[in-house]
Amino acid sequence: MLEINDLHASVEGAVILAGIDLRINAGEIHAIMGPNGSGKSTLAQVLAGREEYEVTRGSVHYEGVDLLELDPEERAQAGIFMAFQYPVEIPGVNSAYFLRTALNELRKARGRDELDAMDFLALSREKLELVEMDESFLNRSVNEGFSGGEKKRNEIFQMAMLEPRLAIMDETDSGLDIDALKIVANGVNTLHRKTPGGAVLVVTHYQRLLNYIVPDFVHVLLNGRIVKSGGKELSQKLEAEGYDWLREESAVRLAND
Amino acid sequence: MVNTGMHAYLTAFATLEESLNGRSAAPLHELRRSAIRRFEKLGFPGTRDEAWFHTNVAPLARTSFRTSTQADARRLWKTEDAIEDLASSRLVFINGFFSAENSRTEDLPDGVRAGSLAALLATEPEWVEDHIARHAAYEERPFVALNTAFLQDGAYVYIPRGAAVETPIHVVFVSSASDSASVSHPRMLVLAEENSQATIVETYTGGGAYFTNAVSEVVAGDGAIVDHYKLELESPEAFHVATMQCRQGARSDLCTHAISLGGKLVRNEVNALLAGEAGEATVNGFYLTDREQHIDNHTLIEHAEPNCNSHELYKGILGGRSSGVFRGKIHVHQKAQETDAYQSNQSLLISDDADVNTKPQLEIYADQVKCSHGATIGQLDRNAVFYLRSRGLNDDTAQRILIHAFAIDILNRVKPEPVRNYLERIVMEKFERARDTGNLP
Repeated sequence: MLEINDLHASVEGAVILAGIDLRINAGEIHAIMGPNGSGKSTLAQVLAGREEYEVTRGSVHYEGVDLLELDPEERAQAGIFMAFQYPVEIPGVNSAYFLRTALNELRKARGRDELDAMDFLALSREKLELVEMDESFLNRSVNEGFSGGEKKRNEIFQMAMLEPRLAIMDETDSGLDIDALKIVANGVNTLHRKTPGGAVLVVTHYQRLLNYIVPDFVHVLLNGRIVKSGGKELSQKLEAEGYDWLREESAVRLAND
Repeated sequence: MVNTGMHAYLTAFATLEESLNGRSAAPLHELRRSAIRRFEKLGFPGTRDEAWFHTNVAPLARTSFRTSTQADARRLWKTEDAIEDLASSRLVFINGFFSAENSRTEDLPDGVRAGSLAALLATEPEWVEDHIARHAAYEERPFVALNTAFLQDGAYVYIPRGAAVETPIHVVFVSSASDSASVSHPRMLVLAEENSQATIVETYTGGGAYFTNAVSEVVAGDGAIVDHYKLELESPEAFHVATMQCRQGARSDLCTHAISLGGKLVRNEVNALLAGEAGEATVNGFYLTDREQHIDNHTLIEHAEPNCNSHELYKGILGGRSSGVFRGKIHVHQKAQETDAYQSNQSLLISDDADVNTKPQLEIYADQVKCSHGATIGQLDRNAVFYLRSRGLNDDTAQRILIHAFAIDILNRVKPEPVRNYLERIVMEKFERARDTGNLP
């Protein structure tokens, strides 16, 4: 489904990604872990199409299509969704209006009929339940005045509405208390179960979220490269031992190169 | 400043005097005479004048405009300038002169009066003389002096004590340029007595190249509630200079909104004087500019008495090669203790060639006050654009939604729903039109 080869990216001249290779197959859950500044958030942003990051080398193919050629909205239409680490507050833009417009853009792109206000509301009610959010959210401005937990739940609500094939969670667990974390994880798991052939990429600093969203593969990012891949036990080792042993290991490897 | 414009005004004034045929001894004409003398002395403001630092009126000053006459009022008003679904009484002025056939006042409640100042001057000159030019001082303001010198007609609205007018009163000033560019000096006087209530909507519109030099005086008596909207929708070639002077009594509540969309060179001056205790003033504005439009908003809120509140919010969107100016001053007099005043100006630049100058000013002589001000100038929030796009909205739609959200913040404060809907429609229409012509992104 997603194939990343030798991906290099920089922002304002600083190299952040220095050769990422990653392959995600349909149905899989992958976790990218790494310390601050390792480039894991940048990877998520590059996949979502943020223009501030310049891809200098390498390629990304999503379902056979050159992803880097697509605008952010085209990626969304193709089924990619990124849950933001910092969801943006947009005063004056009604949540329901925004989401219905977005949903209908995606439906149009996928050759489906647009939803009218009534159908949209019915669908929203169902999906709001998944993240235990109140219907009144729909009448508020997008993320405006939301608590940290509400913002993250709103991201999962949007994800549930937009039904992506590839869901990218950019440090969704940061700043979440355990109750909100469980709600978010439950939402992601439910959606993953209901999306045959869908995949999830979880970007996180901590192992905690991975107790609830259990990955098939864990990759560790250091200095813009994946230095270790493994199963879910790798994340437990990182939780227990930190990243230092990997830093030493990769330093030795670099010295031998 | 050398100007041929000045000469044209002096000549036009002489013509006006001749046409008065013996009525030139009336007190009102004394006022006109001293106003034209003052105008002649002051001349047009130059950019060395601090209050006009960023607004160059030279193109206006060097134009010889034909002064409009009563005959202009016979032109037909295009009803497309009406606000759909607005059940209102309506006063229409064409080039500054009352047009009875386009106006409608029969639904006004008993005791409430609205109509033509010229007509009232013929029947009750004392009333007009008692109230006109009491508030908009012309001594230091050349454009007010010029308007006062040519004061012949205009709108008056009188709401007696305790009366409430439920439907808005719509005052429309239409300018229609004929063969040559003309100038008109619209005037409006609103007197809302103690505990009365009214909504006034002023619209300025027209076609061709012309100059509108308007002066409005709005008096809210003790406990009066006045809701006021000024819709500046002049033609793209028009010059528009407007001065509004408000005086508020104790416990009065005045809201004024200056919406500026049209014109080539526009200057709005809004001055609110809180002259009684516990008054409440809300002074809002919105502007959307394109091409080479220049829109200057100049406000002064004077807290002369204790316990008054004022709230001021001006928001603007600037595109093309247009420019905007905002200068807002809050003046808290020494005795105005317990003043609470807030002022904000937010500008959104949506083109690389647009610019805006903003200068908030606080002048505080009392010690128990709460005053704050702020100004922001920015571009569309890139994070917000990306957020919307990442959900599937294209760049164009994302920008439109954000611009709408920025504008709607002010438009949502417009209370009469038909006016709000109308403004929302014409603001977005202007935005679309400006973008189609390549003036906006």
